[in-house]
Amino acid sequence: MDYFLQQLINGVTLGGVYALIALGYTMVYGIIQLINFAHGEFFAAGGYMGVIIISYLSAKGVSPVLCIALGLGLTMVYCAILAMAVEKVAYKPLRSSSRLSVLLSALGMSIFLQHGLMLTQGVYDKPYPTAMTAGGFELGGVVVSYMQIYIILITAFLLVALNLLVFKTRIGKAMRATAQDKVMSALLGINSNRIISLTFAIGAGLAAAAGIMVGFYYGSVNYTMGFVPGIKAFAAAVLGGIGNITGAMIGGLIIGMVEIFAAGYLSSEYKDVFAFIILIAVLYFRPTGIMGENVDDTRV
Amino acid sequence: MADKNEIILELKNVTSAYGKIAALKGISLTLLKGEIVSIIGANGAGKSSTLMTICNIVRATGGDILYQGKRINNVNPDLLPGMGLCQVPEGRRIFPRLTVTENLEMGAFFRRDAAGMAEDMKRVYEFFPKLRERRRQLGGTLSGGEQQMLAIGRAIMSRPKVLLLDEPSMGLAPLIVQQIFRIIEEINSQGVTVLLVEQNANLALQCASRGYVLETGNVVMEDDADALLHNPDIRKAYLGE
Repeated sequence: MDYFLQQLINGVTLGGVYALIALGYTMVYGIIQLINFAHGEFFAAGGYMGVIIISYLSAKGVSPVLCIALGLGLTMVYCAILAMAVEKVAYKPLRSSSRLSVLLSALGMSIFLQHGLMLTQGVYDKPYPTAMTAGGFELGGVVVSYMQIYIILITAFLLVALNLLVFKTRIGKAMRATAQDKVMSALLGINSNRIISLTFAIGAGLAAAAGIMVGFYYGSVNYTMGFVPGIKAFAAAVLGGIGNITGAMIGGLIIGMVEIFAAGYLSSEYKDVFAFIILIAVLYFRPTGIMGENVDDTRV
Repeated sequence: MADKNEIILELKNVTSAYGKIAALKGISLTLLKGEIVSIIGANGAGKSSTLMTICNIVRATGGDILYQGKRINNVNPDLLPGMGLCQVPEGRRIFPRLTVTENLEMGAFFRRDAAGMAEDMKRVYEFFPKLRERRRQLGGTLSGGEQQMLAIGRAIMSRPKVLLLDEPSMGLAPLIVQQIFRIIEEINSQGVTVLLVEQNANLALQCASRGYVLETGNVVMEDDADALLHNPDIRKAYLGE
């Protein structure tokens, strides 16, 4: 039982991270029907920018909590700007081209960003100042690290904030309107280019936060780190029903859980396989995913 | 009720195309402040294209579109509602996964006056009590008539000076159509200029002061609505006689 609970908390932690990345895929798909294969790179870029800012601040003697808060905030802004630039350069000029052209452009962007990271940051792992968040406590045989608590709290906060933004605010409603009918939203005075840009920014901001948390969790970042979690988060978005925000959150949690439980009970060597088994199974048996198509109104 | 014969919207020899296929081959029309003008014509005559070209969703390839004396050919579509030019397009285009209230809020997207918006929403719900009952429902779950009411309500939320209406009667039961047209006249009586595109020529000409007849992207006739209603050619071609 303790072992199960231990896996459960590990699964929620990892699942939350996947959910944050999956949201970027699903929101961008919802608004311009593009699978943004460069999305994982915002996660990687966030991991790097986070460690750069946090190390710099902590060397200046800033308190750990403030370091992390500032690091998170600034990194999210940085990745948001990066994503808007990527959208402007690589996707916007292809707005009226075929979907395949944009998809190829996304793949190209992914390679460009990944190698940009390699050339500027080197090929070796960059360590995170994990001492900052070291420690934890034991609760009835289950070991919970402070880092896990941070990750779960920050993830929960971001997910709630995103929900409020998309479903309660004027700009969130405009995002959903644009996703549903671009011509009509233009006729009502909504500038779709601005909304699309904003969608990229929000998705990348969330991925950046995930990048920092993964950096702390695993202790280091690497320039290739965007690829596998990116694909797994994509699987999560598909599982939840691509284009659906609630679906991406649920899908992320499921993929994280499945991965941790499979590693814990079946084989840790093959843990990466399970996300892809789910992806293939969903595409084969239920391509619309859990929340897809007319199930509810939480699509963007 | 034309007001001092002041021209509010004018098209001068406007052409437009979808790719290489010509949609408008040189349309000229004028809209005086405060009147209702109808555009009638068969399927594919260019009626909807005229409205989409005015709103720059379809780009004009030639001619001038003048709104309140200003050339708006190259004004981005999303800036027009703020200038008082609002369209209810063909097929109503309700946001299916936004609630009725959210759909109405989107009509006032560019506005920042919360008090005025609340007032206008109240007004819309007074016009259409059915919508108030269904205000929390998703737009996609409404009936055709309710969707048309919502589309018009959404346009009212932008406080338009000129309202472009595309086929408001389409697919609706006669009783609902009458109700919709009564409300169009009511909106007009409050000072909104209306350009009405209709296949139901009889209905359109009855509530309009003037009419234009479109055929294959050209204006083939323009006259007072009454004159068109009694014109034997029009009666034969468009009024089913």
